[in-house]
Amino acid sequence: MKTKRLIISLIFAATALIFIAKLFYIQVIDDSYKLSAENNTLRHVTIYPSRGSVFDRNGKIIISNQSTYDLKVVPRSVAPFDTLSFCKLTGISKSELISVFKKKKYSYKPILLKKQINAKEFAHIAESLYKYPDFFIEKRSLRTYPYPVAAHVLGYLGEVNVNDLKSDSYYQSGDYIGKSGIEKIYEKDLRGKKGTEIYMVDVLGRIQSSYKNGKYNKSAVAGKNIISSLDIDLQKFGEFLMQNKIGSIVAIEPSTGEILALITSPTYDPNLFIGKKLAENYRRIEHQKYKPIFNRALRSMYPPGSTFKPINALIAMQKGLITDRTVFVVNGYDAGTHIVKDHVSGAVSFRKSIQLSSNAYFCNVYKRIIADKNFESFADAYEDWRTYVKSFGLATQLGTDLDFEKRGILYSHKYFDRYYGKGHWNYNTIISLAIGQGELGFTPLQTANATAVIANRGYYIIPHIVKDIENKGIDEKYKEKHYSKVDKKYFKPVIDAMEAVVTEGTGVSAYVPGLDICGKTGTAQNPHGKDHSIFIAFAPKDNPKIAVSVYVENAGFGSTWAAPIASMMIEKYLTDSVSRPWLVKRISEAKLVK
Amino acid sequence: MKSKVLGNIDLITLSLYFILVIAGWMNIYSSSYNGSDFSFSSRYGKELIMIFINVLFLIGILFLEIHIIPTISYYIYGFIVLLLVLVLFIGDKTGGSRSWFIIGSFKLQPAEFAKLATALAIAKFAGKEGFKFLSRFRDFIISFLIIGFPAFLILLQGDAGSALVFASFIFVLYRQGLPFYILLIIFVEILVFIAFFFISLNALIVLLIITALIVYFILTGNKKETLNAALLITGISLLGFIYVVFTRRNIPANMVLSFSVLIVAVFKIIRTFNKRKIIQLFIPLILLFYIGSAYSTDYVFNHVLKEHQRTRINVLFGIKKDITGVGYNVHQSKIAIGSGGFFGKGYLKGTQTKFNFVPEQDTDFIFCTVGEEWGFVGASGVIIIFTILLFRIIKIAERQKSVYSRIFGYSLASILFFHYAVNIAMTIGLAPVIGIPLPFFSYGGSSLFAFSIFLFLFLRLDTERNTLFS
Repeated sequence: MKTKRLIISLIFAATALIFIAKLFYIQVIDDSYKLSAENNTLRHVTIYPSRGSVFDRNGKIIISNQSTYDLKVVPRSVAPFDTLSFCKLTGISKSELISVFKKKKYSYKPILLKKQINAKEFAHIAESLYKYPDFFIEKRSLRTYPYPVAAHVLGYLGEVNVNDLKSDSYYQSGDYIGKSGIEKIYEKDLRGKKGTEIYMVDVLGRIQSSYKNGKYNKSAVAGKNIISSLDIDLQKFGEFLMQNKIGSIVAIEPSTGEILALITSPTYDPNLFIGKKLAENYRRIEHQKYKPIFNRALRSMYPPGSTFKPINALIAMQKGLITDRTVFVVNGYDAGTHIVKDHVSGAVSFRKSIQLSSNAYFCNVYKRIIADKNFESFADAYEDWRTYVKSFGLATQLGTDLDFEKRGILYSHKYFDRYYGKGHWNYNTIISLAIGQGELGFTPLQTANATAVIANRGYYIIPHIVKDIENKGIDEKYKEKHYSKVDKKYFKPVIDAMEAVVTEGTGVSAYVPGLDICGKTGTAQNPHGKDHSIFIAFAPKDNPKIAVSVYVENAGFGSTWAAPIASMMIEKYLTDSVSRPWLVKRISEAKLVK
Repeated sequence: MKSKVLGNIDLITLSLYFILVIAGWMNIYSSSYNGSDFSFSSRYGKELIMIFINVLFLIGILFLEIHIIPTISYYIYGFIVLLLVLVLFIGDKTGGSRSWFIIGSFKLQPAEFAKLATALAIAKFAGKEGFKFLSRFRDFIISFLIIGFPAFLILLQGDAGSALVFASFIFVLYRQGLPFYILLIIFVEILVFIAFFFISLNALIVLLIITALIVYFILTGNKKETLNAALLITGISLLGFIYVVFTRRNIPANMVLSFSVLIVAVFKIIRTFNKRKIIQLFIPLILLFYIGSAYSTDYVFNHVLKEHQRTRINVLFGIKKDITGVGYNVHQSKIAIGSGGFFGKGYLKGTQTKFNFVPEQDTDFIFCTVGEEWGFVGASGVIIIFTILLFRIIKIAERQKSVYSRIFGYSLASILFFHYAVNIAMTIGLAPVIGIPLPFFSYGGSSLFAFSIFLFLFLRLDTERNTLFS
């Protein structure tokens, strides 16, 4: 019997040893349980900082925050309540309420019942919420855009997606992030820094006390305020003029590169892309005709048409191929296979060529550029010309602080080698480039910037939309001058001619007494329909304050639509008024969309 | 009489008992403490009242004319069995099982007392002169009936945990003559059952065959017979595999193997029958038994058990992680104990138990509070005290001259062991969640009364160890 007693005792002892070993493992060796215990009891409550506001160049607030309220509940802790009156109070449907509770019946974490309750609704709900002690309200902040314009420039906020979460550990699922425009590019400045408060909670997720008296709490740091270079009134005026038209206006302050207005039409109200309305509205607007979400100012590539002539004139002068006294006697231009038509004929001076926009004159100029004896081949001459064009910031990515900037079209000579065969093309083959048609595509932003180069007599500063960031300033690259390959002295005759365009040339419809506007009309040939109307301009002639490019799609000649619009933009900016209300009325009421 | 009782009572057991009861109450206090003033209407307050009533009972037992107990054992047993039947009809249904009588504001759970009554009955029956567990078939059957009948009734109530406790009587039967190999077979069977969840059925069958061959060789020392058996099984299996491949039937490998084992084993059994070669007969039989049990487990698990029962077992073995559903209790329980560390978080300072993360924390999961607040030191302390108490009970049982008292003592040790071991194993994730209380610790009067009376009856019997002979 001794052995039997022994064996039973052994079983008892072995069991005790196994238990003690297991306890030693989970209590002393394995740390994961301690972490889990903290996860159980410590609730990290994120304190959201207020996002930075955005002001326009005149100090008007253009993006700000409004308070909204989220209704939350911890389903596991809810005592029975009067659902009918609760639904009536909050506007949540009974079936919705039931389904939320069913799905998350055992959740210890607070769940969202109703999102983004506005202040008025909140006041109504808060009055009676004491009857439902298990429900609580959390304050959140929503963006608001006091001016319903400049949607593409300002951008919008949306919930972070998987990629955002992966690329930046700052974000947690459900956070908001800038999705486009200033909101996106300056996200890191605007967002500030989240804070945390740590609480001890019980199994029902109810806060019991502050953890270690708030020793480990981190307060939130508010986002930085930003001053945009935008003139919101000018922007609004531009959008008003462009209503019912397709196209774009870009206005730049030449001396600083600051973007004063950036209009793409059609557009939409940025307030449609706020909070819970975002997804629905985005889907609706995305599919609207003429794509309001597409930013034409940065992404549409138009041939510059005759607005390109001043550039070619400048390049030819710099290369010493013409002077401001060069005269061509023209009657159209014979390009071998076809004649380039011209409404000007006879002896055309340098000044007249721009003032009246002579096609034949510039065909001859371009022939000199490409047939330049200093180069071994047309291709070499073409490449050299191309570097000149690019030095104006055309067909290059400028590196602005705007998103989705297209580069534009300006093919290398290889394109023509491929198309026509190496050595099988000459100046006549590509003569349309002389007058800004054919294989060229510049964005309205690039054209406005090139206009700024002319206004500045030879340089540009990368266009940018932000003038100043609180306690930080802007990137040095937005202060640096980029010189074109054309010397300052060659600009005077071109600018004089551009002044004549407005005073007594093709662009008289842009004339406003006393403003000294210099401009150039253009018409971009459109193989798909009516030509696009283009106008570039700056003013005043000396010490220019604004350079502008205007594109109106399918509107015909530049002088008809684009020129008056440009002049009104300039006038509005320089004098803060418009002297031709009848013109404003005619333009704004014109419908140029089918 | 009085002085004799008090003089003879085993002070070590008495001290261990009070240590456990006091420690138990302190932990109930901690887990139901909410910062307010002491109150008798709280859980810890009620438990304290029950402890006092209990002590009065115990004093009563010490003055009891103890010789009467063996004589009325069957009557007590009969009475409790009657209660178990009654509770099935008029009992209160809580938590899925119908196992409570409600008398005024008291709740009584007859299952808690059924263990004690069964111990009395089995002591009386197995303690009688001439009891032969193995050789007398009638004794064997009646023993099983005495133990099995209340267990069956409790199972009917839906309280599988309490029913399972009756399995602990196996130790008592072992002490009274049940051979060791039966214990061993049961132990191996448990291993086979556990292995079923970790390795494939194919691997399990192969493992069983190889083990059986090795054991056969070790026990008989007959190399030729072992080799023959191995070759025969392999050969028949190969033929089987060829058949399966050619007929393209969907028969799993383990079936082929088991079939070959069946042929070889039956052949072996027939050949060695009547030759009085126990081992040669026994090993093929036991191998067939284990293979059969593996298939039964497979069948029961996949066809009889319901989804939630399967999940519970899977969670236990860590095959499925389910920390929000079935596994929640155990997961939280392990977190609470694990976060206690070496010295614990300090009395009344447990966060997991205090903030109600652990369910049933003052009843079945009371050990979590011990683990969290008293750490490794406290938790292993409790285990050591229980183990010392068990050793002490066995030591006392062995010094009894009366077989009745000894069996009663072993019953006490076995049931106490089963309760404490299964309860703690459950909280630290070594056993499935079987709702049985931790003796002397868990909140609740029935369990406390039953175990206390059990222990004190035994101590009272011990004081009379020189006067009781039977």
